[in-house]
Amino acid sequence: MTAPTSEPAVTAGERPRTPVAHRLRPRRNSFLQPRRSPLLSVLMTLVLIYCLVPLAWLLIAATKTQPEILSSFGLWFSGDFVLGDNVVQTLTYDGGVFVRWLVNTLVYVVVGAGGATLLATLAGYGLAHFDFPGKRVVFAVVLGAIAIPGTALAVPTFLMFSAIGLTNGPWAVILPSLVSPFGLYLIWTYATSAVPSELIEAARVDGAGEVRIFVTIVLRLLAPGFVTVLLFNVVETWNNYFLPLIMLSDPRWFPLTVGLNQWSTQANQPGGQPIYHLIVTGSVLTVVPIVLIFLVMQRYWQSGLTAGSVKA
Amino acid sequence: MVTVAPVRRTPRRVQGSSTRRWVGWGFLAPFAVVFVFTLIAPIAYAVNLSLFQERLIGGTVFAGLDNYRFALRDPQFREALWRVVLFFLVQVPVMLAVSAFAALALDSARLRWSALYRISLFLPFAVPGVIAALMWGFVYGTDFGLVGNLNSTFGLSLPDLLSSRWVLAAMANISTWAFLGYNMLVMYSALRTVPRELYESAAIDGAGTFRVVRSIKLPAMRPAFVITLVFSVIGSFQLFNGPNILRTLSPNTIGTNFTPNMYAFNLSFAGQQYNYAAAIAIIMGVLTAVVAYVVQVAGIRNGGAR
Repeated sequence: MTAPTSEPAVTAGERPRTPVAHRLRPRRNSFLQPRRSPLLSVLMTLVLIYCLVPLAWLLIAATKTQPEILSSFGLWFSGDFVLGDNVVQTLTYDGGVFVRWLVNTLVYVVVGAGGATLLATLAGYGLAHFDFPGKRVVFAVVLGAIAIPGTALAVPTFLMFSAIGLTNGPWAVILPSLVSPFGLYLIWTYATSAVPSELIEAARVDGAGEVRIFVTIVLRLLAPGFVTVLLFNVVETWNNYFLPLIMLSDPRWFPLTVGLNQWSTQANQPGGQPIYHLIVTGSVLTVVPIVLIFLVMQRYWQSGLTAGSVKA
Repeated sequence: MVTVAPVRRTPRRVQGSSTRRWVGWGFLAPFAVVFVFTLIAPIAYAVNLSLFQERLIGGTVFAGLDNYRFALRDPQFREALWRVVLFFLVQVPVMLAVSAFAALALDSARLRWSALYRISLFLPFAVPGVIAALMWGFVYGTDFGLVGNLNSTFGLSLPDLLSSRWVLAAMANISTWAFLGYNMLVMYSALRTVPRELYESAAIDGAGTFRVVRSIKLPAMRPAFVITLVFSVIGSFQLFNGPNILRTLSPNTIGTNFTPNMYAFNLSFAGQQYNYAAAIAIIMGVLTAVVAYVVQVAGIRNGGAR
């Protein structure tokens, strides 16, 4: 408190403050831009190593032949570099079933995550900019649904779907992934601030219909929120395991996650065909696209997380 | 054209005042339909299913709360439930402490290349749970996994992490690995909302680093703690992927009732006991929601007392 009181101009406003800040600069810098801490770097590097070691193991293993995976040291290369060979074998094994799983996953992601994002956007905008009968009930129900974990729903959804004969087909996986209450919540908060009511009112006065307003104006304004929700939905659908596992029995409809586990089960069965190199390479092929999406779209997940942290 | 337009618009507007009230539902309808079909209906169906029993004599009969009563006394279910409670009590504090440390470290501006740490620690979150479990399963292997390598290279005798004594810790490690960075980022986002001027005035007041952490940063992280704790409650109580996948590596130590979700899954598949599986799923859903709710209320109440 000593520094500001010695300079009464501080209270006057923004401008006179500058010289004070200037005078304090060395001190302020030392706080907002403090010196590097080696201890902190060492500790954080340990955490970093912990986070990256299993991934390093996986990547390195994908470059080895199966005997080398089983015999050599896991964190260094050994024997021939057979990554390309492993990829070809993974893609062609068992009549190319991996490619089939990849296509299934892509379909589930495009239709499921894409559809979920579209439905959440429509509904979020509807909740943010319209008054309608039952709105408060809808809001309470959706907020409550955010707390229901997907895994808790998997068994009940399976029981109902099997009663009406909807299991063991792509819709059994796609339909449940079409609902994203958290996505709706994100879009709703985003739409209240990013879409000005005056703009919509002006478009209405000009005679534009509600659908046209949505497509030409609202969708454009909501684009950043839309991408954030899409990103979260894509990751969730790509990584989905419990639901497809419980819904699907025919390997032709498996996504990558369930398929890889089937390979693992097969390899670990007594007398089963050991295909560890395929499991490892298949895992790499499954991880790489989603990690790339993550890295490229960093700024979008950051905004989603901020909303999440403010939510409670 | 110019004169016609207002004339046409007027009746439309008068009409609109009654129909416009329902326009919002038009936007909501697609979501609402799927929501009812894939969320409300399954829950209602499962509740209904859980009230019946299939008996050898008499077929399917209404049983009231018998399935629930049976579950509460079922040693297999209680064992599974106790295991996830233990998991929650041990794994979550460790994970959140490391996450909080990492978030504070990132926010302290004392790290060089902080973006590298931020991205690397978050990376495991993008890895599908299935692959995380498969990968760690390989690492844990005492024959050809990393643990086995370390044992033979350095003459160590690290234990078999998939033995019954260590298997829960092995799973706790996978969950910590997967969600540490996510929790860190939620906390870090909360820290970024603190106005920088506050640190400036704290520094002027002579507050040291630890004082700033205690009096400014930790309180600012409170909402983030609440939300990460809620997610952790869900993650622990609904644990499934890790144990289900590690089971293929270690079927003798990981039973079909290792977690409540695995129990419900195996009841409905191997056992075809749909009614009882539904009751277990409902109990776990309600329990998860209640604990998550209590966490939230406690977080808000303590925040208000401050």
